[in-house]
Amino acid sequence: MKNDIAITPELVAQHGLKPDEYQRILDLIGRTPTFTELGIFSAMWNEHCSYKSSRLHLKTLPTKAPWVIQGPGENAGVIDIGDGMACIFKMESHNHPSFIEPYQGATTGVGGILRDVFTMGARPIACLNALRFGDPSHPKVHHLVSGVVAGIGGYGNSFGVPTVGGQTGFHTRYDGNNLVNAMAVGIAKADEIFYAKATGVGNPIVYLGSKTGRDGIHGATMASAEFDDASEEKRPTVQVGDPFAEKLLLEACLELMRTGSVIAIQDMGAAGLTCSAVEMGAKGDLGIELDLEKVPCREEGMSAYEMMLSESQERMLMVLDPAREKEAEAIFRKWGLDFAVIGKTTDTLRFVVKHHGEVMADLPIKELGDEAPLYDRPWVETPRQQRIAAETITPPMNNADALKKLVATPDLCSKRWIWEQYDHLILGNTVAAPGGDAAIVRVEDGPKGLALTADVTPRYCEADPFEGGKQAVAEAWRNITAVGGQPLALTDNLNFGNPERPEIMGQFVGCIKGIGEAARALDFPIVSGNVSLYNETNGRGILPTPTIGGVGTVKDVEVHAVAAFRKDGDVILLIGDTQGWLGQSVWLRDICGREEGAPPPVDLAAERRNGDFVRGLIQAKRTASVHDCSDGGLGIALAEMAMASGKGATIETLPANMPAHAALFGEDQARYVVAVAASDANAILAEAKAAGVPALRLGLVGGTALTLPGEAPISVAELKTAHEGWLPTYMAAQAGN
Amino acid sequence: MKAAVVVFPGSNREGDVIRALHQATGHAPQKIWHADHELPQGTDLVVLPGGFSYGDYLRCGAIAGRAAIMDAVRAHAAKGGLVLGICNGFQILVESGLLPGVLMRNAGLKFICKMQHLKVGRTDTAFTSAYTDGQVIKVAIAHGEGNYIADEETLKRLEGENRVAFRYCDAQGKLGGDANPNGSLNDIAGIYSDRLNVLGMMPHPENLIEHLVGGIDGRGLFDSLAKARAA
Repeated sequence: MKNDIAITPELVAQHGLKPDEYQRILDLIGRTPTFTELGIFSAMWNEHCSYKSSRLHLKTLPTKAPWVIQGPGENAGVIDIGDGMACIFKMESHNHPSFIEPYQGATTGVGGILRDVFTMGARPIACLNALRFGDPSHPKVHHLVSGVVAGIGGYGNSFGVPTVGGQTGFHTRYDGNNLVNAMAVGIAKADEIFYAKATGVGNPIVYLGSKTGRDGIHGATMASAEFDDASEEKRPTVQVGDPFAEKLLLEACLELMRTGSVIAIQDMGAAGLTCSAVEMGAKGDLGIELDLEKVPCREEGMSAYEMMLSESQERMLMVLDPAREKEAEAIFRKWGLDFAVIGKTTDTLRFVVKHHGEVMADLPIKELGDEAPLYDRPWVETPRQQRIAAETITPPMNNADALKKLVATPDLCSKRWIWEQYDHLILGNTVAAPGGDAAIVRVEDGPKGLALTADVTPRYCEADPFEGGKQAVAEAWRNITAVGGQPLALTDNLNFGNPERPEIMGQFVGCIKGIGEAARALDFPIVSGNVSLYNETNGRGILPTPTIGGVGTVKDVEVHAVAAFRKDGDVILLIGDTQGWLGQSVWLRDICGREEGAPPPVDLAAERRNGDFVRGLIQAKRTASVHDCSDGGLGIALAEMAMASGKGATIETLPANMPAHAALFGEDQARYVVAVAASDANAILAEAKAAGVPALRLGLVGGTALTLPGEAPISVAELKTAHEGWLPTYMAAQAGN
Repeated sequence: MKAAVVVFPGSNREGDVIRALHQATGHAPQKIWHADHELPQGTDLVVLPGGFSYGDYLRCGAIAGRAAIMDAVRAHAAKGGLVLGICNGFQILVESGLLPGVLMRNAGLKFICKMQHLKVGRTDTAFTSAYTDGQVIKVAIAHGEGNYIADEETLKRLEGENRVAFRYCDAQGKLGGDANPNGSLNDIAGIYSDRLNVLGMMPHPENLIEHLVGGIDGRGLFDSLAKARAA
């Protein structure tokens, strides 16, 4: 075995391996690892790849349902959407790279998640993203928003997939650590899904796509460390995205898959060649032997260590049917991509890496993954906060003024400035574009469609991780329901601080419990996901942010709901119970300046009952407009419905037994605002009563103003100007600095 | 109408335009690979679709404009054959010398995807006969480099010869100001060649062919083309 570099404790520490973890390596292989082997271990055993702090808890999540074809553990989750079709999807973070280099960090985040989806044989049909930035007044935030948004657009637009939805929020706790969570959704025939599991001894391992360079070495290790002020020096560990190469890779891979010559396929994502090769072998109970001289390189003189750890983008690894090698190569040459046989499968269960005729690494392949450290990290429960009684708060301004102010806050303002930089119309199937509850994308020529959403309310998770975790799942389920979709499954992207701190680990454990409970209660299993820990800068963690990407089906895309008020005289109903829950509400934070209190609890039985009732109305074509109540409560829901069409409404009744500010801005869960034909309103109210679903007649659609009880009419046009104005004004003003 | 859609590496709206042509003509057009040297026998219309050919590296459309198939496209145009370039296709037409002018980065320096109103110019061409003179239509735009620039003489010629096919406008048909999304001179969204057989345009009529997905204002262009063959 060849080793030129002495393995010192300092070198081990630089690889992010703790002394006890290094001891584990020594015990496992019975000798000192070579430098290349140390690199391989650091790649396989970092938090990002091994899930060593989270695995124990992730195992508690529900991942099965009759419609789940593939749960967590593959490149992406797969669900059956009927008619022989499957939906393949996953969400993944690219937080650390996007903070260091926002444009490239975001592009490679999108590129990576698209690859995860088409690796499985799917053609991507939509992307979503969830973005969290620091306080708008923070000096870096403008630069980060601008770079991240341009990067997401730059990749998706060129690759040719519509970016149809997501969410963007701002909070000072993300000042030094923004979040970029990207989700990709694809479709394939249900019986033509490709997996990473290698089979057959002596089969060729083929390298496909772009060449390997020195970029991104130790990217996954960086993503598993906290930030400090020197983090920007880590810029060279951020990879550079090439959407053009990815588009070619997509077309070539799909063309190759149709020939039936692909035995196994795995994209080279985090930890590049190391992780993909080890996973393919380990999953298939096979050894892998690589000859690195065959690896197409961008630069001369790359060492084995560098090749094994490079995170150059737009690369794939396949195990091919040897009889079809020529045919496969011709397809890749046609698309102008590299194609190289770089190794073979073996029956030794060893991961052997050779370079210039010398063995640089020889490790037990199963143990590289299976024997990764597993931690049951100590955790403490997040202290509960008091419920805030609405009566104890004196509103600092009237409700009309509060509404006008809220629609123009960073969190609630229109995000048009962002999503107009994303091509959301390409492929011609975007039935519901960004800006609504869930996006709807038609599947091929229809009539079926997918309803897609990404949700989480970090301030709830911070105040009560369990309820916050529940709420994130419930809101994704509700957003799909609000457009008429049947929620089917979700992907979770769990963004937290340093798990070695018990209070952070407590947030993680609490959120997982909440997510699991809601997913079970709503038959909404987790089929894929990603964990991003160590989201801290100088010892301060982000708000716990378990982003939930939800997928549902719409049976016939012609039958779906939109939020916009449509017809004068339609009756507006509030579905669901209102307690006036102001703790952790946007109103309390942005109008009263108080970030406190217990967040709204989520009654999952009510969530299901109310949602099923609303979905039934939509599918029976009995609704004109539907919108869920979330951030900002009923008041914001009504304002958004009005702004979407320009039509106003007169609200005559608000939920009783509470002050108007609580009725309007309380963030009670499991609620929808529905506008229905006047002739049908009473029947719907009666049916709701019979179904045990709380329903209240609020008022009528009409005019050009939104009139709340006891308040001066609010011009919808003025509301819209304020709502649309904040983000472009902020971005323009900062750009001039 | 026998149509051929050229696929360059990085084309990504070929499926969208194929769907629109299929809807209008009743049959699917043929896909042509960029490295081919000939168009299929009897091709009436060549379409250069939207996308990011060659990643838009170097300059949008510059590499595709020199692709092998472009000699055949130029010969087809020279014979009076119809050529339609949409978005990246327009950029390629300009780079290949089939249309004058250049498409620069949007004035706002950002990629823009949104619904946009256009005013239809003349309606006596193969591309627009299904529209009415001065009709205002709503289609999609999705580009980062659609800012049409040409020297004064070229502009004068385009205007003098009535070769501006579409102009950006607002819902009422008013030109200029905020209705122009990218800074194009004279609000130009699309232009014809001197013989009116080549049309390049930045907006995407192929994405506006269904009520369910934004509306049907883009159908007129494809219906016109379908009729052009019949005539």
